[in-house]
Amino acid sequence: MYSSKLGRLVLGVSCLKPTRVRSGPLRPGLRTGFSWTSVCQQRSLWLRRISHTTVDPNEVRRFQSLASKWWDEQGEFAALHAMNDLRVPFIRDNLLNVHRGRPTAKPLAGLKILDVGCGGGLLTEPLGRLGASVLGIDPVEDSIGTAQLHSSHDPDLCHRVNYRACSLEELTSERPEGAEAEEVVGQFDAVVASEVVEHLADLETFAHCCSLVIKPGGSLFITTLNKTNLSWLLGIVVAENVLRIVPQGTHDWEKFISPEELEHLLESNGFSVQSVKGMLYNPVTGDWSWTDSTAINYALHAVKLRDELFLHQAEEDSPHTQDSTTHS
Amino acid sequence: MHKLAKTTLALNGVARCLFAERWLTTPKSVCRGFVCAQQNNSDGQDDVYDVIISGGGMVGSAMACSLGMDPNLEDKRILLLEAGHKNVMDSVPDTYSTRVSSISPGSATLLASVGAWEHITNMRCKPYKKMQVWDACSDALIIFDKDNLEDEMAYIVENDVVVAALTKQLDSLSDNVQVKYRSKVVKYTWPMPHQAVESIPWVQVTLASGETLQTKLLIGADGQNSMVRRALGIPTVKWNYDQSAVVAVLRLSEPTENNVAWQRFLPTGPIAMLPLSDSESSLVWSTSHRLAEELLQLDEESFVDAVNSAFWSNENQSDLVETAGSMFRTALSALMPSAGSPRQLPPSVAAIGPKTRVMFPLGMGHASEYIRHRVALIGDAAHRVHPLAGQGVNLGFGDVACLTHILSQAAFNGKDLGAMQHLLEYETERQRHNLPMMAAIDLMKRLYSNDAAPLVLLRTFGLQATNMLPTLKEQIMAFASK
Repeated sequence: MYSSKLGRLVLGVSCLKPTRVRSGPLRPGLRTGFSWTSVCQQRSLWLRRISHTTVDPNEVRRFQSLASKWWDEQGEFAALHAMNDLRVPFIRDNLLNVHRGRPTAKPLAGLKILDVGCGGGLLTEPLGRLGASVLGIDPVEDSIGTAQLHSSHDPDLCHRVNYRACSLEELTSERPEGAEAEEVVGQFDAVVASEVVEHLADLETFAHCCSLVIKPGGSLFITTLNKTNLSWLLGIVVAENVLRIVPQGTHDWEKFISPEELEHLLESNGFSVQSVKGMLYNPVTGDWSWTDSTAINYALHAVKLRDELFLHQAEEDSPHTQDSTTHS
Repeated sequence: MHKLAKTTLALNGVARCLFAERWLTTPKSVCRGFVCAQQNNSDGQDDVYDVIISGGGMVGSAMACSLGMDPNLEDKRILLLEAGHKNVMDSVPDTYSTRVSSISPGSATLLASVGAWEHITNMRCKPYKKMQVWDACSDALIIFDKDNLEDEMAYIVENDVVVAALTKQLDSLSDNVQVKYRSKVVKYTWPMPHQAVESIPWVQVTLASGETLQTKLLIGADGQNSMVRRALGIPTVKWNYDQSAVVAVLRLSEPTENNVAWQRFLPTGPIAMLPLSDSESSLVWSTSHRLAEELLQLDEESFVDAVNSAFWSNENQSDLVETAGSMFRTALSALMPSAGSPRQLPPSVAAIGPKTRVMFPLGMGHASEYIRHRVALIGDAAHRVHPLAGQGVNLGFGDVACLTHILSQAAFNGKDLGAMQHLLEYETERQRHNLPMMAAIDLMKRLYSNDAAPLVLLRTFGLQATNMLPTLKEQIMAFASK
């Protein structure tokens, strides 16, 4: 029980996250308002693209073998368990600011949240305990299985937390004419994508899908790694090769994204970034802490602009490409 | 525990591989929707409590009240299990009970925050402002008091009154705190540390009535012979003092302001007189087993004589020690003329109260671990001390305050209440506070159990010097008041 933090390092704590389904690039600024027909047009475009993409079998195999280890608090995913100390208050406090006046025992009551890349449900469960209805999605079926088993024992959670083994694109593209589609479009108060974005090849699609599923005025929470020399040195060389906190080959530095780039990407998809905070992992104590520097890890909170505001902004940026149907 | 974790990991790994294969073949649609229906114990689903507290004494009941009143734990299901009857006290009985405790200001703050202190002051409690502790083998003494003698140092409250006040408060918290009286636990079943196939991840508590309850966190508040602690196999450092305590209620010869607590260290053990009212005081006399039994056999008059002579007689003092002591005192008063309070004499005893004298053996105990996965120990279950410093129940109330704060924070962060991470914080914080206190009490007991001249001289000088240093005394009082 007193297995030391050093013991954990030896066992090899990992910071793994599943990869996302990759899709082809979408043209930015193709938003044409929120009419149903345009959404269907978008979906048909994606469906063509999705048929060419597959989940990387190597990644899936690696995660399948670890799927049962999600809930070992002293095991490979210990750093992710520890990260809850930062990300749950971050999400909770920012949502409380946006939607005011919630009861203390269940601060997130009445909110619907989508947890993209939920893995074993490490972040999904605390959000559920705080009163939100959470849907956790992940392409690795075994992880979903583990997550479902873990939450099924708890009568508090099993009615509030649901899981689905799929990707974000699949979720938004399912059965356009069925009830499923209506369920997801513009229905979530918040989307959480923690330690996911650094595994995606196509962030444009991701940002676009997020903007589809979030209600206007809803929140997007992302935690990921910055693309700097320091993040290469500490996040890959030291973490993967020296201290073995993260298994080798988990992260590809090319896929890291700086907060400025991410902000730009989100703003072009109808989001307004509210705050960016740096996070720092201490491998000796195994704790995370907030820090001023976003050089390695950072957390970002963005809010989806209401349509009128976004279109107005888009018009200001590039007035000749818009085909807007509404005007603020 | 680390080895246990590894072996269970190995066993579970096999089970989980089988389980993983089962999930691979399941179509996606089944992954959606509730898995609750697949549970084996579907009929017991709603019987999962968030917290079960085993033991409804002073500390266990305070824990239940404290959790019940916390706003972050408003929606949690809390259950208190007590093997005895419900302690209801509509009006305070005329006679004082023999078991009393000294409640420190820190504990009084906790009891006030759970709303029980008001009930206690309405029933019966006695604040005292000064404490005089002196040696039988020399003239050394130390007096603790607050500067202006207006603030209370601590309160003497009967144990029954504390429990009755907490019970009354629990009645008003019946929304989220349930209490089951006359429920004795016969078995605890512990969860595996990692998720195993088809196993229930909660702690299971089996009662004598055959009912089985499940909980996410079990708090063991079941006293010095804690069944929870023994069932977990937690190694405990413990030894018996060769002493028993005799308790009784004393009637003073004449009524007095009676706001001073008296304690004299005899070679056989300390004798303490704690004020209950203007004319009555409580006796706690820790002495050897043989003497304790003899005291119980004595008739009332002889017993009263024994008490008086214990407080007043000087037969244990040797000339050498007396001379050395007075020399040292003169030297100290030359250095610090203003320090040191005047010596007071304790009141004499005329009779004893109608409730029978009782004796109970004394010992020291400390659990090396206060927590396990989904379990926490509080109060005497975790630590047991000699009554000479009046700290036993105060350490327990300190545990209650700390654990409530930590669980409240954990709930606000959406954590599973039984998770080890925050329970470890509780253990570290409390062990850091409790261990020095317990070491000091044990040291005092050993130091004063001897009448060999060198030791007597040492403690005489030490006590006199401490008495002259107000800052040191303040530090001691602050440490004991938490």
